[in-house]
Amino acid sequence: MSGAPAAALPHWVDLALLPLLNLLLALAITAGLMLLTGNDPVVALTALAMGSLGSADAVGYTLYYATDMAFAGLAVAVAFQGGLFNIGAEGQAVLAGIGVALAALHGEALPAALLLPLAVLAGAACGAAYAAVPGWLQARRGSHIVITTIMFNFLAASLLVYLVVNVLIAPGSMSPETRRFAAAADLPSLSALGFPSSAPVNLALPLALLAAGAVWLLVWRTPWGYALRVAGESAEVARYAGIDQARMTVLVMALSGALASGVAVNELLGAQHRLLLGFTGGYGFTGIAVALMGRNHPAGVLLAALLFGALTQGGAELAFEAPDVPTEIVVLIQGLVILLTGALGNMLRPALLRALRRRGG
Amino acid sequence: MILPPEAPPAIELRGIDKRFGAVHACRTVDLRVEAGTIHGIVGENGAGKSTLMAIMHGFYQADAGEILVRGQPAAIRGSRDAIRLGIDMVHQHFMLVERLTVLENVLLGAEGGARLAPGAARARAELARLGDAYGLRVDPQARIEDLSVGAQQRVEILKALHRGAQILILDEPTGVLTPQEADDLFRVLRALRTQGCTVLLITHKLREIMAVTDRVSVMRAGQMVAHRDTAATSAAELGELMIGRRLLPPPPRSAPQPGPALLEARGLVVRDAAGVERVRGIDLALRGGEVLGIIGLAGNGQGELLETLAGMRAPDAGEIRLRGRAVFPGRDFNAAALRRLGLGHVPEDRLRSGLLSRASAADTAILGYQGDPAYRGRLGLLSPGRIAGHGARLMRGHDVRPPDPTLRAGLLSGGNQQKLILAREIERDPSVLLVGQPTRGVDIGGIDAIHRRLLACRAAGKAVLVVSVELDEILALADRILVMFDGRVVGELPAAEATEGRLGLLMAGIGPERASAAPVPA
Repeated sequence: MSGAPAAALPHWVDLALLPLLNLLLALAITAGLMLLTGNDPVVALTALAMGSLGSADAVGYTLYYATDMAFAGLAVAVAFQGGLFNIGAEGQAVLAGIGVALAALHGEALPAALLLPLAVLAGAACGAAYAAVPGWLQARRGSHIVITTIMFNFLAASLLVYLVVNVLIAPGSMSPETRRFAAAADLPSLSALGFPSSAPVNLALPLALLAAGAVWLLVWRTPWGYALRVAGESAEVARYAGIDQARMTVLVMALSGALASGVAVNELLGAQHRLLLGFTGGYGFTGIAVALMGRNHPAGVLLAALLFGALTQGGAELAFEAPDVPTEIVVLIQGLVILLTGALGNMLRPALLRALRRRGG
Repeated sequence: MILPPEAPPAIELRGIDKRFGAVHACRTVDLRVEAGTIHGIVGENGAGKSTLMAIMHGFYQADAGEILVRGQPAAIRGSRDAIRLGIDMVHQHFMLVERLTVLENVLLGAEGGARLAPGAARARAELARLGDAYGLRVDPQARIEDLSVGAQQRVEILKALHRGAQILILDEPTGVLTPQEADDLFRVLRALRTQGCTVLLITHKLREIMAVTDRVSVMRAGQMVAHRDTAATSAAELGELMIGRRLLPPPPRSAPQPGPALLEARGLVVRDAAGVERVRGIDLALRGGEVLGIIGLAGNGQGELLETLAGMRAPDAGEIRLRGRAVFPGRDFNAAALRRLGLGHVPEDRLRSGLLSRASAADTAILGYQGDPAYRGRLGLLSPGRIAGHGARLMRGHDVRPPDPTLRAGLLSGGNQQKLILAREIERDPSVLLVGQPTRGVDIGGIDAIHRRLLACRAAGKAVLVVSVELDEILALADRILVMFDGRVVGELPAAEATEGRLGLLMAGIGPERASAAPVPA
């Protein structure tokens, strides 16, 4: 009967002010901790900011990292919208990398206009297929997707090691990586946009923006996306509406895996130009935080990806600029951001609500 | 212990006020409940009855006003305080641990020491005494999950009495009971009154108020609008006080003009996930231009039957034909496919299955029909404008308040949620309309509107199936009534021959031969 209606904040507060306050709070706590450990927070945070945004080169790196975060974040967010917690973006990106590499290595004779799309599609197909399996297992066999996707990360990592070390390794090479892909498989860099050629940001960035737009259209503007969101909100309602949930689970996971393949595209075709171990760099996991902070919405994911990209890049610079500041400080900031925006996302909400109400009278 | 008439009231509320954000749930409410009486509180859903009770029981604190218990000002900050003052509550949804026995449940929170045995022995003796004094007999060793709903309710009352309750609050206690069980409950309540207990009965069923209370208070929109001696009022007066205007007479019903059978089922068997047969061989034929009512106590297979007919679950055996076409056994048996064939379905549990509580009302208004090109705009993409327009039209046409399609569906009141779902299903002009619990949690004004809609569907030649646990509702709507018990149809009565007494006995699983022979209780 008469329950307390959930107190609603204006949209802009929810989507912009609250995350910003959480970010500032995370930085403030970090600064406090740096003071306690005898470091100068102003120097460190300046280095962090300059290192990530202070030059065209730094921005190029930030955007390059942000591309990985965006793809991984989109992958997790889409699955979330469908009510599925995909922890396996990392493994799906690994499989996608294998697909990308096989296409790039075997299609060397093709012109770039064919080889690039082929490699991208091969990666997407491998990522999608690898994600669809846990989806199918949940839909048909009741194996929980969180467990299976975690385990599939290990399987993917082992497969990558086996393939790179035993099968695909460049002949005569001592390091575990394939030979360089043909130049036709190089994603063009964005030097045309004024980034120095040293910055690894590449055509995968606009691809990520495109993917975000496509995800938004698909999820919020198509009947299929409507069904996806219904299935994500409630299995019971989906059953009532006649949505085939088993099919939906498999398809959502496949879509999620295909999005995760963007990490492989950015890394392998855009920057490394060869298949090597550990190229996914944990972005698949950071993607969970990115999706969380971005409220599982493509626009939010892009913003969060930018933040995490900047933290990653700035953190690397910090290690050079202020060597006595422990590099873990960046991990600390990331952790605090995740904690404050994700786990404690509503901590500031009541205070903010009161403040707004006072102002509004 | 009969208290002298000049004794202070058992509970007195003075100027109780409570707000939840923008909702003013209780507006300076005054209430005086004399000791040793049965006092009814009636009001529509959302009138503030439950909030008021929750304040008396310490679940909420009032923003203003005071509570006097037996003439003494009392601060009730939690159910612990309430119990100490002898106030206890039997909730609409029982607060019992299903896997524990009756005795263990009664002991819960009143264990009386670190060792269980002495307390248990005392409780056992107390249960026997209470059982004799009030006619509340329950086997203390029985597990709750094995008990009928009526017996579970007796356990709730015993639990309260064991904790020393002198003032007992019952929230919608008869919602889950058969008429016979309700009569038993009223006997218990009268026995409690004789022993000096005070009973507060919250309900929206006026018949019960008239049957058992001494005094009655009426709430409307957070305010106490009237206090009456039950003997000096009538159900009609109370009903008008509740909704603040004259009640419309029940919608007239023309003679049924049954058309062809539009939905037929033969030999339906449905098992649940655990493999238990919930529907055990049911045949039915639903004709155009009639309302078929299915009644039964909750959990006797009606829910599963309705879901099966709606395509939400596949039966384990049997056949289903929709508008002459065999849909089961068949490859494409699902809710979406049946919708396309002209079947509308209002689910029993609207919050769980019928609407998207976190999405807008407009989004909820296309649920199940999201593939319709009418909602698409450029490039075949869903058009928010068209969806909102459709939502607004639906809400205006079916008097869903407030008619704001951007409002979250979960924030609409129960009645308005139901109107929205009904609107969505009716607007599609289905040949067959399945409706589960049409007016559960819907206030009187809403009930009337929904019943009129359903009868209009019948008049339009649609086949309407109504599954309800409310006898009044089935009697008001149905041309034919099927009674379900334990997964079977145990009786079929034309509306003219159906009485509450006959239906009640059938619902309790007492065979039709005895049902027709048995005297009809008042």
